[in-house]
Amino acid sequence: MTLLPIDIAGGVVVYWLVLGMFSLLLIGSPKHITQLIFPAGALGALVLAGTGLVALGQTPNVAVLPLGLPDLPFHLRLDALSAFFLMLLGAAGFAISLYSAGYFRHMEARALALLALQYHFFLASMALVLLANDAYLFMVAWESMALSSYFLVTTDHKVPEIRKAGYLYLLIAHVGAISILLAFGVMQGGHGIAAYTFDAMRTAHLTPFWASITFSLALFGFGAKAGLLPVHVWLPEAHPAAPSPVSAMMSGIMLKTAIYGLLRITFDFLGGEIWWWGVLALTLGLITALFGVMFAAVQTDMKRLLAYSSIENIGILLVGIGLAILFHANGKESLAALALTATLYHALNHAFFKSLLFLGTGSVLHATGERNLGRLGGLIRRMPWVAALVLVGTLAIAGLPPLNGFVSEWLLLQAFLLTPDLPQPYLNMLIPVATAAIALAAALAAYVMVKFYGIVFLGQPRDEKLNEAHDAGWWERLGLAWLALGCILLGLFPVQVILQLDHVTQALIGDTLGMSAAKTGWLFLTPIAPERASYSPLFFLLAILVVLLITFLAVRRFYHGRLRRGPAWDCGFPEQTPRMQDSAEGFGQPIRQIFEPFFLIEREVPSPFDREPRYHGRSEDKLWYGLYLPIAKAADKLSAWISILQHGRIHLYLMYSFVTLLLMLVLVRWS
Amino acid sequence: MSVSLSGQLINLLAALLLLIAFAMLSQRRVLSLINLFAWQGVVLTISTLVVAMSTQQQHLYYSAALTLVLKVIILPWILHRLIRKLNVKWDVETLINIPTTMLVGIMLVIFAFNLALPITQLAGTITRSTLGIAIAIVLLSFLMMLTRRKAIPQVIGFLAMENGLFFAATSATYGMPLVVELGIALDVLVGMFILGIFFFQIRETFDSLDLRHMEKLKDE
Repeated sequence: MTLLPIDIAGGVVVYWLVLGMFSLLLIGSPKHITQLIFPAGALGALVLAGTGLVALGQTPNVAVLPLGLPDLPFHLRLDALSAFFLMLLGAAGFAISLYSAGYFRHMEARALALLALQYHFFLASMALVLLANDAYLFMVAWESMALSSYFLVTTDHKVPEIRKAGYLYLLIAHVGAISILLAFGVMQGGHGIAAYTFDAMRTAHLTPFWASITFSLALFGFGAKAGLLPVHVWLPEAHPAAPSPVSAMMSGIMLKTAIYGLLRITFDFLGGEIWWWGVLALTLGLITALFGVMFAAVQTDMKRLLAYSSIENIGILLVGIGLAILFHANGKESLAALALTATLYHALNHAFFKSLLFLGTGSVLHATGERNLGRLGGLIRRMPWVAALVLVGTLAIAGLPPLNGFVSEWLLLQAFLLTPDLPQPYLNMLIPVATAAIALAAALAAYVMVKFYGIVFLGQPRDEKLNEAHDAGWWERLGLAWLALGCILLGLFPVQVILQLDHVTQALIGDTLGMSAAKTGWLFLTPIAPERASYSPLFFLLAILVVLLITFLAVRRFYHGRLRRGPAWDCGFPEQTPRMQDSAEGFGQPIRQIFEPFFLIEREVPSPFDREPRYHGRSEDKLWYGLYLPIAKAADKLSAWISILQHGRIHLYLMYSFVTLLLMLVLVRWS
Repeated sequence: MSVSLSGQLINLLAALLLLIAFAMLSQRRVLSLINLFAWQGVVLTISTLVVAMSTQQQHLYYSAALTLVLKVIILPWILHRLIRKLNVKWDVETLINIPTTMLVGIMLVIFAFNLALPITQLAGTITRSTLGIAIAIVLLSFLMMLTRRKAIPQVIGFLAMENGLFFAATSATYGMPLVVELGIALDVLVGMFILGIFFFQIRETFDSLDLRHMEKLKDE
């Protein structure tokens, strides 16, 4: 018997589950949990990543397990789309697990064992979501993913805010899950239990009306998991509440499972044939991206900042999906392949750099105990390793060449620039606006990252205790370095990556980008034609290095020996303190001014005569007050009405059942 | 046993069951209520045996034995012990007076027969005409639960309802699978124990078994 990739992937899932259980046995020796269980889990992730890479180019594998419902056993399938996301899961999960081996070493034994259990269950259920080939297994895996991540978010459940964040997360996750379940229900269409397999859904032919309903339900359901507006509110609460490796995993990997689900349903099941779906996804994505980046710019908590940045990136991914649908529905397959490739590429990139940044904040948090940007600063001297590796992630997420973030955003912009060929006339007028918006989002993202890195690592320490900060341990460095390396390699060899992604686009749309992208050799990335646009990251890197070298030499040559040390730019004020640096609020202030109508701003400006002046500012989400609180109030009112039924008299309760029974019998008899 | 004879017998027993159900509905004393419940069990056992003999359904013998042991011997014994321990031999208090209850009961029986009409026309079992009676017994027992004020008569009503369901199962489809019946029997037994414990707790807390006292328990 030959070992198929799907056997290995399934094996890794079981292995993770066993590891999770095993960590409960090691409750007495927390050292073994961190030093054995987490690295062992990392090994599983590496195997999974390799399996995904191998399976990308192979024909789909299927398997049916002797588990599940009597008439609906668990179906597994490993095709190119699953393989790609499994590879993403494995590659990012590997680094996060390595990092966790060091990060959790000071945790209390009981909590640590439970955390290790939930952690590995979380990994296993994410892999199972990607492997599932029937709606039942998918929902089981999806829900266990939500539950295990809920328990991970509420690791510090003694803090009321964290419990609240966890509750909000669980609530929205369930609302989303109901929507996904309904989408599957519509596709099943009442054709018996066997129609719940994905194979049946692939061949089911829905009318455009029902297909649109399915798409809308899926968009809402998966959007709730991904952090799409307006169901994004859990994200900036849950990410800061969770321990950093968990935030990294949720932001880097779990959000991508939602993208996977949306791609699976839209392209694999529904065929992505109705053009206005693309417009819907595009619009929602744009709004989400702009909203996310705007809010990221005004945050003062570093993990909240990253959480809003995740919302922005999810918006960008959705824009890519929207474009792909738009092109596909109009029969422009090669352009659809371009947009889809950009989306997949960006998903992979985001998994790498966002995990890297979240893990970096974890190290900072461990070293300083501080998440507030207003009390950090100057850490580059205390934590050189973390600072250097996080810098790679920062540059990548800001979309600077030659790193990976640039490639995917550039591809997406290329796709945008080609839209004027669409047959819908209004779209051709609106698309340039959308292009500008996405460019704005990308530029603002760079701004946000300058703020993030500048405030945390550069300048003077804003607090005394920062001088005792220590650099991360070796396990942490290893994890961070793997991710940073990924960012660099994905940036330097885009053609090779795209050739792999072609398997996915081939399976979903039936066209690929790789042929034209690699036309001018592996060195140049040419998405459409060499005369339109091409990009070679290696030349870019070379140019950057040459410029650096020339500058260095020139400075050495012309200014060496004429160095004079003096007080730096003291503005006529002799005494300088770290409090005089630009602050997070200050840096974000222009954005807050420009986009003021979008925020709900609460500000206290101290009076000039205050002895201990204190500035306090908060920018809140208007949607929370405009949408969520009214819904919560309505639910409260409704439940107050229903509680009228509760009298406390047993006879009345019995009467309810009796009358219901009689009514139902009457209905059965005379209908 | 010939088919027509057993058919007649089953009809007779069904009529007896219905009669007992009405008797329970009109009964004012707890002790007689328990005895009536035991008699209902006896009639149920006999009818199950008759069905078993006339249709040669092996598992129905086990069902009959189970009914005999559980509903004629164990449950009445537990109930007797309970009222001795709780010292509650008082008269049954009703929410609605008994003649009205009887009238409502008659309406329910008519409703039940009407309900069973299409099924009896379709069914091929020898017991088909008794389905209406089975449904009537379920509804009457439910009515008893509704109209009694104290806890013990309510529990007897609950148990009698289970008898009705059992009879419905034997008459409509020659009984449920044995596994299901065993499960239900166990449930009834365990439920009885739990309720018995509850009785003591309720009396401890409220000094009475009157369920009106439990109205305080609702959420304010």
